[in-house]
Amino acid sequence: MSNTVDARGLSCPQPVMKTFDQIKAQSTGEIVVLVDTDTARENVSRAAESKGWAVAAVEPEDNGYRITIRKDG
Amino acid sequence: MKNVLATKRGIIAVGAVIGVLASLLQFWGNPANMGICVACFLRDTTGALGLHRAAVVQYIRPEIIGFILGSFVAAYLFKEFRPRSGSAPITRFVLGAFAMIGSLLFLGCPWRALLRLAGGDWNALFGLFGLAAGIWIGTQFLKKGYNLGATKPTYAAAGWIFPIIAAGLLVLMLLNPQISGEPQSGVLFYSAEGPGSMHAPLLISLVIGLGIGFLAQKSRFCTMGAVRDLILFKQTHLFSGLAALTVAAFIANLALKQFHPGFEGQPVAHTMYIWNFGGMVLAGLAFTLAGGCPGRQLFLSGEGDGDAAIFVIGMIVGAAFAHNFGLASSGAGATPVGIKALFIGLAVCLSIGFTMRESIKA
Repeated sequence: MSNTVDARGLSCPQPVMKTFDQIKAQSTGEIVVLVDTDTARENVSRAAESKGWAVAAVEPEDNGYRITIRKDG
Repeated sequence: MKNVLATKRGIIAVGAVIGVLASLLQFWGNPANMGICVACFLRDTTGALGLHRAAVVQYIRPEIIGFILGSFVAAYLFKEFRPRSGSAPITRFVLGAFAMIGSLLFLGCPWRALLRLAGGDWNALFGLFGLAAGIWIGTQFLKKGYNLGATKPTYAAAGWIFPIIAAGLLVLMLLNPQISGEPQSGVLFYSAEGPGSMHAPLLISLVIGLGIGFLAQKSRFCTMGAVRDLILFKQTHLFSGLAALTVAAFIANLALKQFHPGFEGQPVAHTMYIWNFGGMVLAGLAFTLAGGCPGRQLFLSGEGDGDAAIFVIGMIVGAAFAHNFGLASSGAGATPVGIKALFIGLAVCLSIGFTMRESIKA
């Protein structure tokens, strides 16, 4: 079971901040981030990778994307 | 899926291209150290429409039209057009108005601050320090949970409105073309002297604006975001684009003999360092609270973001007030009433930062 961060509709830099908050909260495992723009998709992916998380999947969903990031313990 | 322009090399290339084109625009007729200035150009456009009557700054800037339409085309081409709105529009309008008032106290937006530096205008350093300080204040609010709330998807037609307005401005220009030496042509005002009278040929300005709008939409170029991400996340991604713009403009200025170092006698600038600093503190804070520099707001408005469009309209109204009330600085310096407006603007933006935050989870 992975935690979900809903960052749809939020201005920069909120999607990245919310992703970092969740990364801080669980340090390893899987997180799903929902975004609704391509800018947010790129920013969240870049930010996750900068913290050593891998972008496992990016799937289109509704009007945006469902990003799955993962870090093994 | 891979977006080359959003890589580190991509953003550096885009920054460098913007820097060189800005320097060339000056060479081709735009005012010195003002190849591109989103605040100044929105202000000139406001004047051309007669919403303020400062005779020296009236000209519809085709670069602005190009920024919006270039972004619109890129967004459609790459299926990134996302009509959306509804995130605190009135707040964004007020932030836009005070962002403009702060910028006109300094005499330039962040883009022009960089171009002024690249042209040797050392007064710009105080503006850039102010910008960084304003952004730093904004990041403190972000850390405390400041948030204007989420946008909602809306009708495609709603996303078209602002690009159509931009196209309408171009039609107005073509129907009411400038008559040399005349202050008016049909419904439009044209500066006969001063910065508003200095401009590259319409077609060159428009094509360069379209090109930059296209590149900036794809690369997410943002001068405020550059400093914000550095402070907030220690990320240098956007900052490398900002640095590339400055260095490229500096080299191009050297090549075109447009580099004139000093504090005194700089074009469309004043030496009151406190107000150069203060004006950009206000602008930097307003941009941070709104989530983008003025250029970025134009690009967002082109890809369907109705709230960014409201911010831009706020800037236009702010420009009208700035000149009708005498808030804007001139080469002689800041005005007493402009300084009052600075403190009112800071009070308003700080209030927005303090009061509009999500309740923080314990």
